Amino acid sequence: MNHPSLLILIPAYNEEGAVASVVREVRQVVPGTPILVVDDCSTDATPHVAREAGARVLPLPYHLGLGGCVQAGYRLAFELGYDYVIRVDGDGQHDPRFIPKILNALQRENCEMVIGSRFLNGEGSHSGFLRHAGIVFFRAMLRPILGKSVRDPTSGFVGVNRTALALFSRSFPLEYPEIEALVVLQRKRFRFVEVPCAMRPRRAGRSSITALRSLYYPVHVLLGVFVNVLKFEGRRK
Amino acid sequence: MRFVNVATAFSLTLIALVLASLRREHIRTEYSVSWLVAGVVLLILARWRALQDWLSAGLGVNNAPLALLIVSGAVFLVVLYRFSLVISRLKDSNIALMQRVAILEFRLTNLDEKNQATAGN
Repeated sequence: MNHPSLLILIPAYNEEGAVASVVREVRQVVPGTPILVVDDCSTDATPHVAREAGARVLPLPYHLGLGGCVQAGYRLAFELGYDYVIRVDGDGQHDPRFIPKILNALQRENCEMVIGSRFLNGEGSHSGFLRHAGIVFFRAMLRPILGKSVRDPTSGFVGVNRTALALFSRSFPLEYPEIEALVVLQRKRFRFVEVPCAMRPRRAGRSSITALRSLYYPVHVLLGVFVNVLKFEGRRK
Repeated sequence: MRFVNVATAFSLTLIALVLASLRREHIRTEYSVSWLVAGVVLLILARWRALQDWLSAGLGVNNAPLALLIVSGAVFLVVLYRFSLVISRLKDSNIALMQRVAILEFRLTNLDEKNQATAGN
């Protein structure tokens, strides 16, 4: 399967233990599709092992955080003219076998973004109690803002089309971007759908959301959502 | 009176520090203005007793040093807020710049590889 207008984007920070297998799995699922690993200034061998595994690497000169890292990939993809970008995390949590499903939904559902949701197939997730409680809270908070329910608002396994790519190249949340990105889409009245996907435990490395940051995370996201609601730009024509 | 003298010494030290930093080019002129204005405002408030009395009456605190503290605190909060705006703008510019540098480097490397491949054929 070869999709000349599809780019697989893998943001990675200190993921030398997992990123190579992620790249190899992606190559097996969508052979011939370009894979871009955006290295967020890792201090380990992440860019080297990603290149060895067959990915192109966009190395950032400074650590920008997840949002800045993903946006760099979106900007490059937009400049290079890609029609679709699917983000797969470099820690191995996202199962690349669901990439064709996400691409298919992007092409057929007339929407700007597709979210791979771990809660639609009834399989649940590998997230802990606190994270699950957070997801339930943000689900309830986002429903009136988005006008529809989103089952997995914190999923980073997302695909975007060129319209959303153009938007995210200009405006993308820089920290904890997943939830805020939904509200950025809503500002333009862009559409999103969720498709069921399985998620796996991370293969190596550590999550960027530590115990201390898990306290800061909801405050930051709530403020970001509130600010984006204030920036609402009206209905799409 | 001791508090007023301390405030005077503090404001004079602040002004001297900012001027010295300016002279050594450790601070840019546009960012020194806020601190100089804050220092001068604090100095005027500290030395002008009638103004302190007028402020304390206006604030309803009936205590000149407390009025001085409130007003100087507010001035410094405004200065700090201004610098938060500057830092935020700089961070946004920095991120955009880093992304641009990375993208240009990526494209340049691609171009070099293509050129080398063409030269090799």
